[in-house]
Amino acid sequence: MFSHKKVETNSILMTVLILLVVSIGGIVEIAPLFYLESTIEKVEGMRPYSPLELKGRNIYIREGCYNCHSQMIRPFRDEVERYGHYSLAAESMYDHPFQWGSKRTGPDLARVGKRYSDNWHREHLIDPRAVVPESVMPGYAFMLETELSYADIEDHLVANVRVGVPYDDEMLANAMADLEAQVDPDSDQAEGLAARYGGVQIRNFDGQPGKPTEMDALISYLQVLGTMVDFSVYKAEENLR
Amino acid sequence: MNVITMLALGLGAVLGLFLSMNAVDSGIYFHGMLLVVFCVGFAFWIWKRNGNTGGPADPNSVVDYNDDIIRLGLILSVFWGVIGFLVGLTIALQLAFPVLNLDLPWTTFGRLRPLHTSAVIFAFGGNVLICTSFWVVQRTCRARIAGGWAPWFVVLGYNLFIVLAATGYVLGITQSKEYAEPEWYVDIWLTIVWVVYLLVFLGTLRRRKEPHIYVANWFYLAFIITVAMLHIVNNLAMPVSFFGAKSYILWSGVQDALIQWWYGHNAVGFFLTAGFLGIMYYFVPKQAERPIYSYRLSIVHFWSLIFLYIWAGPHHLHYTALPDWAQTIGMTFSIMLWMPSWGGMINGLMTLSGAWDKLRTDPVLRILTISLAFYGMSTFEGPLMAIKSVNALSHYTDWTIGHVHSGALGWVGMVSFGAIYFLAPKLYNRERLYSLRLVSTHFWLATIGIVLYASSMWVSGIMQGLMWRAYDSLGFLEYSFAETVAAMFPFYVIRALGGGVFVLGSIVMAYNVYRTARGDIRDEKPYITAPQPAQA
Ligand code: HEC
Ligand code: HEM
Ligand code: HEM
Repeated sequence: MFSHKKVETNSILMTVLILLVVSIGGIVEIAPLFYLESTIEKVEGMRPYSPLELKGRNIYIREGCYNCHSQMIRPFRDEVERYGHYSLAAESMYDHPFQWGSKRTGPDLARVGKRYSDNWHREHLIDPRAVVPESVMPGYAFMLETELSYADIEDHLVANVRVGVPYDDEMLANAMADLEAQVDPDSDQAEGLAARYGGVQIRNFDGQPGKPTEMDALISYLQVLGTMVDFSVYKAEENLR
Repeated sequence: MNVITMLALGLGAVLGLFLSMNAVDSGIYFHGMLLVVFCVGFAFWIWKRNGNTGGPADPNSVVDYNDDIIRLGLILSVFWGVIGFLVGLTIALQLAFPVLNLDLPWTTFGRLRPLHTSAVIFAFGGNVLICTSFWVVQRTCRARIAGGWAPWFVVLGYNLFIVLAATGYVLGITQSKEYAEPEWYVDIWLTIVWVVYLLVFLGTLRRRKEPHIYVANWFYLAFIITVAMLHIVNNLAMPVSFFGAKSYILWSGVQDALIQWWYGHNAVGFFLTAGFLGIMYYFVPKQAERPIYSYRLSIVHFWSLIFLYIWAGPHHLHYTALPDWAQTIGMTFSIMLWMPSWGGMINGLMTLSGAWDKLRTDPVLRILTISLAFYGMSTFEGPLMAIKSVNALSHYTDWTIGHVHSGALGWVGMVSFGAIYFLAPKLYNRERLYSLRLVSTHFWLATIGIVLYASSMWVSGIMQGLMWRAYDSLGFLEYSFAETVAAMFPFYVIRALGGGVFVLGSIVMAYNVYRTARGDIRDEKPYITAPQPAQA
């Protein structure tokens, strides 16, 4: 008969047993997600973030917007009516890390892209209560004055490639120029940028002339959220899990 | 031993300098410098102590325990507790009165919330766990802690981790993974500290004079091992530059979500539960002066608890893009988790059988007991919230926040307070605490604080969930989001009030511990052991 005494009197045996017991659950649950094809449905339109959007996303992370905003619409009538089509796994496939969030102090942002004008976002981010009096969101006026630091943008794309995001050589080579071009629709680079990143929105997001600011980057990110997949052609039945 | 330690510290200082000199951002520059200061300061201090790695608090002790290290841990626990609760109060007030964000980059809610969660879980909870585990493992093994300076490195190095993490959040350095926000280089530092912690703990177990390893140590051991596993897997990342703070997590999207909540739920399960159960299994029997109720129950509940907890992560991802089969497994195991959780509570509460009268005369025991009651409450609520249809309502709302804090304030907070009150007089070799009446004051302040906090969040959470899904008679959504935000205001004020009362209690504790350390005894009406008629 097995007696617990053996375990209780041998610290190494106990260590090994604990490690075994706590490993099982994780392995059984997590491993299949990497090889079951049905985990992430194939959908048209998903592309890596443009350099400016990626910088904006990093600001979103830096400021901890995820502490108040989710990016995961659940398949309920009220959520779909309030926020749009429920979120698909594929829509966060290039998100390192994911931004689904766990608390909705503010509304879900998974599909906030193209819902408001750049101007609305700018005014709202500068002083939320000037736009929505009930809001408890902090103001981020400093972003309008802070120039975006992007000298290392290519390194950021390279790091993303290393974790599996499919930026190609052309994207890497053009990273810096693409970033600057996204706030300058008249530049020669804009055309190439649009070809590399399907559907990318190219305009002066913060409404100020001059170098890209943090406000430019953040708004470009907010405006792309949830817009990559075209739901007028997406068929859920074909992707049933 | 000294030479090796000094060499390692010298290496650390050089590395810090190297990081700072090549830094591509101000965060790394500052943190490299902190590492230099840490290593130089530590080395200087070792030199000053001249080989004295610490001795027992009680000069008559037969075993050469190292209590100096635990005394430091106690001070740090109380310090971080008060700080962490104050930051909690600050963010609670920010949600009620948003002007308090000040709209400066460093003071907004988004940056301070992780500061709060890390300060209470890792700084307060972590220091309590490390210092109590060092006490418990020495006493129950009747052996001195292993490793000369190693345990000092664990405590000091762990607190360097906290300072790196906390200053990082304020500067905007974060991975954005809840409870795993520190960036890659801070994660590596913690890994080093944690491995030394495991070695010190195992080394002490191997020195034991008792044939059996006491139950409390099983829980501490499971906590240390599992946290190491979770921490490493969840934080695998690719730095943009080895001289910059920013990195990209190896995992993405749905896989990252599951790994994060496998980590996140077990941060709850092993940091906030298993570790604190270790505290419970030593300090409750000690304070009640009774043996643990059931040895057999300890075995069953230990193994089932650590086995089941790992599976429950997906209940944080109900109705998301995570595949349904994973959600179902998560829900099932969460419900099963109710049993071993209550097994622990019953084992703790029943330890008091035959000693119930002590609750009247011993406020420290009262604090430990109510912590078990809150533990039972939050581990009943948790499985309930893990049921998908309930979670459909509770997820994303303040209900989760209410659940968190009934567990965090009620269980983690209270059981820690009990251990601190137990240890303070022993570590300073005093006959008793400065004041038992003040312990009772703390008990009441904390309890009132928790009740205000939890009940206001339950109401606001359920209300919020119902308002989001309410339809009017024409079939339109009844409330705009802004209206639901406005409706939360009174509850946010009540919550902040509860938090304030709780903070007050912790300041009373800090004062009591301080006076105990000084060796003062308050002139107060003693608790009479024999039953007494109630006083008007
Ligand atoms: C304290 C919590 C909090 C933080 C932190 C926060 N927000 Fe908000 N946010 C809110 C609330 C509450 C609302 C709803 C009221 C309003 O529109 O201002 C909101 C609304 C929004 C909206 C409008 C969404 C819609 O559909 O109407 C956007 C966009 C937004 N926030 C972006 C951000 C970004 C970007 C950040 C980080 C830089 C951020 N928020 C940080 C609380 C927060
Ligand atoms: C004075 C005491 C405290 C106050 C006033 C307080 C306040 C808060 C507030 C306002 C939030 C943010 C809620 C939101 O986003 O809506 C929060 C989150 C949190 N707090 Fe506290 N807190 C206190 C003590 C503690 C303690 C002791 C712990 C743990 C040991 C703790 C753990 C947490 C956690 C884990 C979260 C994140 C919850 C989530 O993401 O769901 N808090 N707290
Ligand atoms: C049997 C035990 C438990 C179960 C099954 C359980 C279950 C749950 C569930 C279902 C949620 C909500 C997830 C969501 O909708 O986002 C949750 C959140 C949480 N619980 Fe528990 N719980 C248990 C015990 C505890 C205890 C004892 C504590 C604290 C000491 C705790 C701390 C938390 C925290 C911090 C969160 C918030 C995580 C986040 O979203 O950031 N839980 N738990």
